[in-house]
Amino acid sequence: MSEETAILDVQGVSLQFGGVRALSDVTFSVAKGELFAIIGPNGAGKTSMMNCISGRYTPTEGRVIFKGREVTGLKPNQRADLGIGRTFQNLALFGHMSVLDNIMVGRHHLLKNGFLRGALYWGLAQREELAHRRDVEDIIDFLEITHIRKAMAGTLPYGLRKRVELARAIALNPDLILLDEPMAGMNLEEKEDMARFIIDLNEEWGISVIMIEHDMGVVMDISHRVAVLDFGQKIAEGLPDEIMNNPRVKTAYLGEDDGGLVFTDDDEEVA
Amino acid sequence: MATMSLRPCGDFRTTYKQDTVIFDTRNSRWAMVLFLMALYVMVLIPVLAPGVEEAPVLSSLFAPFYNAQYLSLAIQACYWGIAALGLNILVGFTGQISLGHAAFFGIGAFGSAYLNNTYGIPVVLSIPLAGLIAAAVGLLFGSPAARIKGLYLAIATLAAQFIIEDLFIRLDWFTGGSYGSLANSIELFGVTFDTDQKFFLFALSLTIILFVLAANLMRSRDGRAFVAVRDHYLSAEVMGINLTKYRILSFGISSFYAGIGGALYGHYLGFVSAEGFTILLSIQFLGIIIIGGLGSVMGAMLGTIFMVLLPEVMAGGVDIIASTEWGNTPMITNGLAYFKEMAIGAAIILFLIFEPDGLAHRWRLIKAYWKLYPFSY
Repeated sequence: MSEETAILDVQGVSLQFGGVRALSDVTFSVAKGELFAIIGPNGAGKTSMMNCISGRYTPTEGRVIFKGREVTGLKPNQRADLGIGRTFQNLALFGHMSVLDNIMVGRHHLLKNGFLRGALYWGLAQREELAHRRDVEDIIDFLEITHIRKAMAGTLPYGLRKRVELARAIALNPDLILLDEPMAGMNLEEKEDMARFIIDLNEEWGISVIMIEHDMGVVMDISHRVAVLDFGQKIAEGLPDEIMNNPRVKTAYLGEDDGGLVFTDDDEEVA
Repeated sequence: MATMSLRPCGDFRTTYKQDTVIFDTRNSRWAMVLFLMALYVMVLIPVLAPGVEEAPVLSSLFAPFYNAQYLSLAIQACYWGIAALGLNILVGFTGQISLGHAAFFGIGAFGSAYLNNTYGIPVVLSIPLAGLIAAAVGLLFGSPAARIKGLYLAIATLAAQFIIEDLFIRLDWFTGGSYGSLANSIELFGVTFDTDQKFFLFALSLTIILFVLAANLMRSRDGRAFVAVRDHYLSAEVMGINLTKYRILSFGISSFYAGIGGALYGHYLGFVSAEGFTILLSIQFLGIIIIGGLGSVMGAMLGTIFMVLLPEVMAGGVDIIASTEWGNTPMITNGLAYFKEMAIGAAIILFLIFEPDGLAHRWRLIKAYWKLYPFSY
């Protein structure tokens, strides 16, 4: 990937919690407009990687470069200002706010009215709120959640919450969106919807996407490139087809074939 | 879906502006406006046209506004309500606990008296300035909130309460020490708000302004940020909200409201003494917002009214019990004195169990019931 087209560059990122090495020397780069997937077995460090990019964790070593600017030491809210949006693996909506307000929170860094102008709610502040409300309605329309826009986020079923969370991340107007297991726990129909939304926001809205997902069918179908993590290390990166046939990836997922796991009658007796 | 809209059938909104109004329906808006106008008129008429209240029918109508006790309760509801609203912004909306609200209330009371007495700043100006002083102190004592949460923050604010309370006695130049300080009456356009009726008008106007400001704040950017910080601070941060800024800002705004409430209290009593701002008052403010409804602007006022009336109702109950033959039993006569305090405690517990969302929620349920009757959905 050449420097000019890369929107995100992760260079030699390591993350250590005491003696636990969650990530070691992970390097990859995501091109502008790309739909990039990170896969790997449980505990491989995928979410840690996500957190290093969104700013929840600061890597022990290495650098994260977003749009040609180093963001390694920045706080999550500063990265949001720069244009990184994300959703969470476990739902993280504002449960006591309406869906509409949840999504409006995403516009936070784009709004300029502070608490003084907000308290007056007159002129500029009001016009600004209403203008952004219009944009938010576009997002609501796009994700087909018009019917629940006034519902409390905490009362919604799982699939819809995931969708609201995606809407909130889109409302940030990000250049890069991080999706942490957007399809976990969904039924087939919901997965299809979500996959369609992800493709649309990537192609129509021009947002680059990094996605963690366990559903290999979806990953291989929609992503442009895939990176595989195992025990904190990147073991493969490439086109979906290459990854599918990569022996190291197979090993990571299915275990090693050293002949030792073949059950024979002798093994039974030993056990 | 699960929206609890109380809008009548066919009331469609065609602009986003209509959809962001404070009062959901035209009726509720006008009911509130009429109610407030009625309050003004009822108080103003006897002032502007003395003698009206003695006319045969009107006398009973105007009686409450000539009853000194009722008026003073109404004024108490105003200054407590403002302070409680401040606490609700901090606790109910931002989800941070404070046990030091009474101290900021006190700073407002002393601050306004000090500015007026020492620098001769007119009281109408010294009240908002006192709010700013309280806000500055609130920002200072709220700064631990940048790092700590929950119980630990509660203890930090408890420390603020005791430190400030102690300073009230020690800072002679500011508070007059243990003697307290005198606070002058409010003057505006040559009118002195020295009687309870006039003072009520002033307090009511200020209360309305501050409540409208808070309601506006909550439907704009920073109000949403407060609620976001409360509901899920991790994702709030990812949404671009600076946690440190909003946690401390919330303390500042909350203390500003407390300061204004306190200043009003000081100028109403005409005298401010350090004994009035103990932790008991802080806890009473917490009780108000729990009863009224955490995270509700209107709830702060409902809770205040409840808390102001509760002792009066209880006092009435005590009188009735004392007048029966039980009133002669020593155990009951001795216990009656504590009846009011116990009632406040019991009210808080009962609300926590049966209506944790407070009176504001109960009010919504009543409205829903009314609208949907005889069906429950």
